[in-house]
Amino acid sequence: MNDLIEKNLGLLIALAVVAISFGGAVEIIPLMSQRDVQEPMEGLKPYSPLVLEGRDIYIREGCNNCHSQKIRPLRAEVERYGHYSVSGEMTYDHPHLWGSKRTGPDLMRVGGLYSDDWHFAHLMDPRSVVPGSNMPAYPWLFSTELNLDVTPRKLRALQRIGVPYSDEDIANATQGLEGVTEAQALVAYLQELGTLITERR
Amino acid sequence: MSNAFSLFVIIGTLGSLVVFTLLLLMNRKVSNPGQTTGHEYDGIEEYDNPLPAWWFWGFLLSIVFALGYLIYYPGLGNFKGLSGWTSAGQLAQQQADADERFGPIFAQYRAIPVEELATVPAALRMGQRLFATNCAQCHGSAGTGSYGFPNLTDGEWQWGKSVEQVQATLQNGRVAVMPAWAGVLDAYGIRDVTEYVMQLSGRDAIAEQALAGQTQFNQLCAACHGADGKGQPMLGAPDLTNDRWLYGGSREQISDVLRNGRNGRMPGFSDRLDEDRIHILNAYVRSLSSQ
Repeated sequence: MNDLIEKNLGLLIALAVVAISFGGAVEIIPLMSQRDVQEPMEGLKPYSPLVLEGRDIYIREGCNNCHSQKIRPLRAEVERYGHYSVSGEMTYDHPHLWGSKRTGPDLMRVGGLYSDDWHFAHLMDPRSVVPGSNMPAYPWLFSTELNLDVTPRKLRALQRIGVPYSDEDIANATQGLEGVTEAQALVAYLQELGTLITERR
Repeated sequence: MSNAFSLFVIIGTLGSLVVFTLLLLMNRKVSNPGQTTGHEYDGIEEYDNPLPAWWFWGFLLSIVFALGYLIYYPGLGNFKGLSGWTSAGQLAQQQADADERFGPIFAQYRAIPVEELATVPAALRMGQRLFATNCAQCHGSAGTGSYGFPNLTDGEWQWGKSVEQVQATLQNGRVAVMPAWAGVLDAYGIRDVTEYVMQLSGRDAIAEQALAGQTQFNQLCAACHGADGKGQPMLGAPDLTNDRWLYGGSREQISDVLRNGRNGRMPGFSDRLDEDRIHILNAYVRSLSSQ
């Protein structure tokens, strides 16, 4: 049998894939079909168009490369960041932004933690409020207005994969967003992060 | 998890352990130890020897360990494991342990009035850490603030300096409402009121304009800042007669504030910090002030 497998490259590949798929098969497949990890938490609403655009700025600027959005159920993390993350808060996140590296602090519950003014000052020049910070400055967000051309289509795409936007939401997606800067949208997103769970300790 | 998937996980997990064990045992004996398999690549030959004993037994041991682990901890589908371990339960346990350990310290400090606690070095060291985690982002690590974020060391208390007032600020936050007057005052009005505010803070001002500004000030600004410009902590209206300026004290900066207003906001911390910690922070903030 050894000979047979070793000398048939196709068979070797197929069996190797089977062997390494075992772990994934038992860990991933059942979770994908598990109801209680997909149930939205009570009160969870889809992101408003403004917040959704802010989220896309967050992704575009790569914020998730340095900031996680995932508080693990460990005392030190809960003390510092607040209530640990639960899956029902992220049902409408496509893709999720858990991140895997904390060069900066976790942002899961940053919503309401600082004032809007603080966020604007911090995005414009992080060192103006946190002298030791090594975060880059993002001044262009203040001079660029949101690109609203594709906003309705973004909502439509999310609707197709199960985010409960109504057709009316999509029709009115760009309402009131004319002239809004990217910085404003990003801060609107940050101020909403993790606010569904009000218990912070 | 549905029962079918639970079964799927159990079979997949245990099944793979069985397969590994069988593979291991099947390869225990080799047909001709000490000989080569007959493979030869570029003069390199492959021996046909069994696994070394330490490897074989190590493998078996790890399979036994895996079985024990799967019995003790949750891992097999819906089976909760004999220990009943959950990550949330472990966190609750860690928190309970911490409360037990640190609770008496907090209780001890809680019993000391804030004014007195502000002179207890050990409490202030705790306060400093709480401040660094929760407050320093805006007020600075030394509490000296920056443009738009109050300096806590200068003895100026926008919202009052009593223990109760500071506690309310910490717990519930504050929202300052300086309206924008650009729609009410024209360019001359802004200029005149700016001159009057310059005069209030004891600096050189153009007397004629300041006089005109005083009339406007009394109509529009005195309601919050007081007729004498000394401010009102109840409303968070700053004292305008000293040289401390949250948004800068130059003519340009003062007129900008007049034109566009300011909405400083201090977030409330009652849902992040319990009363014991607020108490210690209150003392720490008091100790920062030069008062």
